[in-house]
Amino acid sequence: MASSSAGGFDELKFRDPERARALALALEREVDAAGRTISLMHVCGSHEQAIARFGLRAVFPRGLDVIMGPGCPVCVTDTPEVDEAVALAAQGARVCTYGDMLRLPGTVKSLADAQSDGGNVEVVYSVTQAVDLARQRPSEQVVFFASGFETTAVATAAAVLSGVPENFSVLSSHKYVPAAMDLVSELKETNIEGFLAAGHAATITGWGIFEPFAARTGKPVVVAGFEPLDVLAAVLELVRLVRAGRPEVMNCYPRCVSREGNGPALEKLWKVFDVVGGNWRGIARVPRGNLELRPEWNHLNARHRFQIDTASVGGASRNVLADQCICGSIMSGLARPSDCSLFGKECRPDTPVGACMVSSEGSCKIWHVYGGAPDLKEVA
Amino acid sequence: MCLGVPGRVLSISDDGLSAQVDFFGVKKELRLDIVDVPVTVGDYVLNHVGFAIRRIPPEEVGETLALFDQILKEAAAGDLMAEDVRGEMAAGRPAPGHGSGRG
Amino acid sequence: MPGGKVALKHGAGGRAMRTLIEEVFLGLASPVDGIGLAALDDGAAIRVGNRWLVITTDSHVVHPIFFPGGDIGRLAVSGTVNDLAMMGATEPLAMTCAVILEEGFPREDLLRVRDSMLEASREAGAPIVTGDTKVMGHGEIDGIVINTAGVAITDRVVTDAGLRAGDRIILTGSVGDHGMAVMVSRHKLGIQGDLRSDVAPLNGLVRAALAAGGDDVVAMKDPTRGGLASVLHEMAGKANVGVLLDETAVPVTPEVRAACEVLGIDPLVVANEGKAVIGVRPGAADRVLAALRAHPLGLRAAIVGTAIASRPGQVVLDTGIGRRLLAESDGEPLPRIC
Repeated sequence: MASSSAGGFDELKFRDPERARALALALEREVDAAGRTISLMHVCGSHEQAIARFGLRAVFPRGLDVIMGPGCPVCVTDTPEVDEAVALAAQGARVCTYGDMLRLPGTVKSLADAQSDGGNVEVVYSVTQAVDLARQRPSEQVVFFASGFETTAVATAAAVLSGVPENFSVLSSHKYVPAAMDLVSELKETNIEGFLAAGHAATITGWGIFEPFAARTGKPVVVAGFEPLDVLAAVLELVRLVRAGRPEVMNCYPRCVSREGNGPALEKLWKVFDVVGGNWRGIARVPRGNLELRPEWNHLNARHRFQIDTASVGGASRNVLADQCICGSIMSGLARPSDCSLFGKECRPDTPVGACMVSSEGSCKIWHVYGGAPDLKEVA
Repeated sequence: MCLGVPGRVLSISDDGLSAQVDFFGVKKELRLDIVDVPVTVGDYVLNHVGFAIRRIPPEEVGETLALFDQILKEAAAGDLMAEDVRGEMAAGRPAPGHGSGRG
Repeated sequence: MPGGKVALKHGAGGRAMRTLIEEVFLGLASPVDGIGLAALDDGAAIRVGNRWLVITTDSHVVHPIFFPGGDIGRLAVSGTVNDLAMMGATEPLAMTCAVILEEGFPREDLLRVRDSMLEASREAGAPIVTGDTKVMGHGEIDGIVINTAGVAITDRVVTDAGLRAGDRIILTGSVGDHGMAVMVSRHKLGIQGDLRSDVAPLNGLVRAALAAGGDDVVAMKDPTRGGLASVLHEMAGKANVGVLLDETAVPVTPEVRAACEVLGIDPLVVANEGKAVIGVRPGAADRVLAALRAHPLGLRAAIVGTAIASRPGQVVLDTGIGRRLLAESDGEPLPRIC
């Protein structure tokens, strides 16, 4: 990023412009040789961020399409789940949430609205902060609104297993990444020929879980990190696998990802959570898409501890603009943020209509933050 | 999945549950409950929402860069069969005839 | 304005605030012989004889009031001195200081703020000549609010609208220092680092740049709220040029870079209180840069960009790997997590 590069981790080597240029050139040659448009999909908001932030789309060759799928856990959090959190705040609990979830609209209100209405809503940067808060306020019910994929769920699991005070509970809205990939592999409309797997989710789950996926779909999967060279090298490798017709799994992030993943983290995850079906916003029912607390943790599950009255937060005015929102199509990789009539006009980060504009992992927000259409091919 | 930043372990708490980690300009305390292997002072770890989720083996940085250079070389050679002999650096890709899909 | 009510974002220095000003406060504008409200520059310039009277005002509500590298007092003086300097007026004639205090505000803190204001005022050579004092009841205002106004006389006004294609853009030092220092000391983010505000009066530094560049210094603005991104957008928009920014040339301290990486914030949108963005005709860029670097507040000055004829009003960022558009931030940057 900047000129002061003294010290710092070797990660800066993964931003080396010369290697980046070489990878970009090789990528261009591969795609040209293919003689057709190659569409690839990733399912990770942080990959879209990396691509947008470093201007990688301007570097990708014209015949290459790198599309974001449903890789934003906040974006796929359904309105009833937000309503539960809003209701709990209205019912007097102190609801702790990661910042991204604060402005996600429920049926009518977001947690930010609940806060403006006098509810106790706190933004935290770690689940441990919420636990500490519960310890500091023993007379209050503190509810942790747990969002994020399994990379984040392991932290929630670790906190639960290390012991939490009685007044602490978890409202789980965690999602499961493999479900996202299964979803998009079933879409007939797109012509996705290969997948980039999220490097940090894979740090936890290992890359072995993608082997059945590759076998079933006949499409290659490359696990990618998040520095510019990580992304470029992974995309290049994926294009090569696609061209060679090799539906294999390749790990291009070996410094963080192994085949088996992070054993201790996985053990804790499955001690606390189970995969259940749920509705994903804009995408409808996803059979194994959500992570819920296992029955032995019912005493810490906000859905069991409280009678959550979501009826009281529903009703009233519906947002008419929501009818024009195409987040569902965008998350399925069928449309781009710039295809939406509301993008950048009625729907902006400070006045979001759809979920994709709320979360920092949402493609609409990312495209907007990083300049509208991160696809500069013709720059002076 | 998101915001994983690498840092170096400066010290470990007496109970071994947390560590002070240096992010080369700022420091932060991380929980060690879910890191994949035990960490010691000087190790590099990946941070996610206040927890270390991976001990990054220092030799991996060099090896990853070598991996990328190898990918580049093979792309230049246009020799797709060279992938079969890449060995350890490709960290577990199945050899042709094994693993998933058509070879 | 949803619900017809002012929201916090209307004060954050971004698009929402500009909209509020355009919709509400521009209605106050009336014609002046010079640069008035409608120009929305750092200050106003009124013609007096064959010279210009430059006038500016700022209110300061920063929290916490004491932060690493400075405090609200230093900020109140520097902010106003710098707004005058950005208009080309580097010899402040006088400043005012109006204070609104909350009942219960500690006298010791007040003295500390006062001392800090005096020190900054002396650094800038800007005497504080008049003021006002009010006290509001406990809970009716948050601690302390300081408003300062400043006046100066100058022979030549430099606006923020003077860029032309080919002009070079100079940044007088590292970005992100102030905003990150305040953010980390305000929120319980659990990170520790030597983050210090850069708050300082810049009139001496700007004087050096003007002495070296003269009429070739064509545009100036200080990147406060909204950061470098905001200033470049304004300068590009008002001059109807594009700006090409070289991200690898922008100085950022290791502490700010690390804090921004960990928190997921772009240093280009973070507030600064001791830096200036100076647009210079290409032939003068090197000597203006040399003059800045010879000054203690400009040691890390760098040429970071160029005005371009294409993409008027837009800022193109060259990341060193690829290019993209640099957007303005809509409001206060918040740390990103998952």
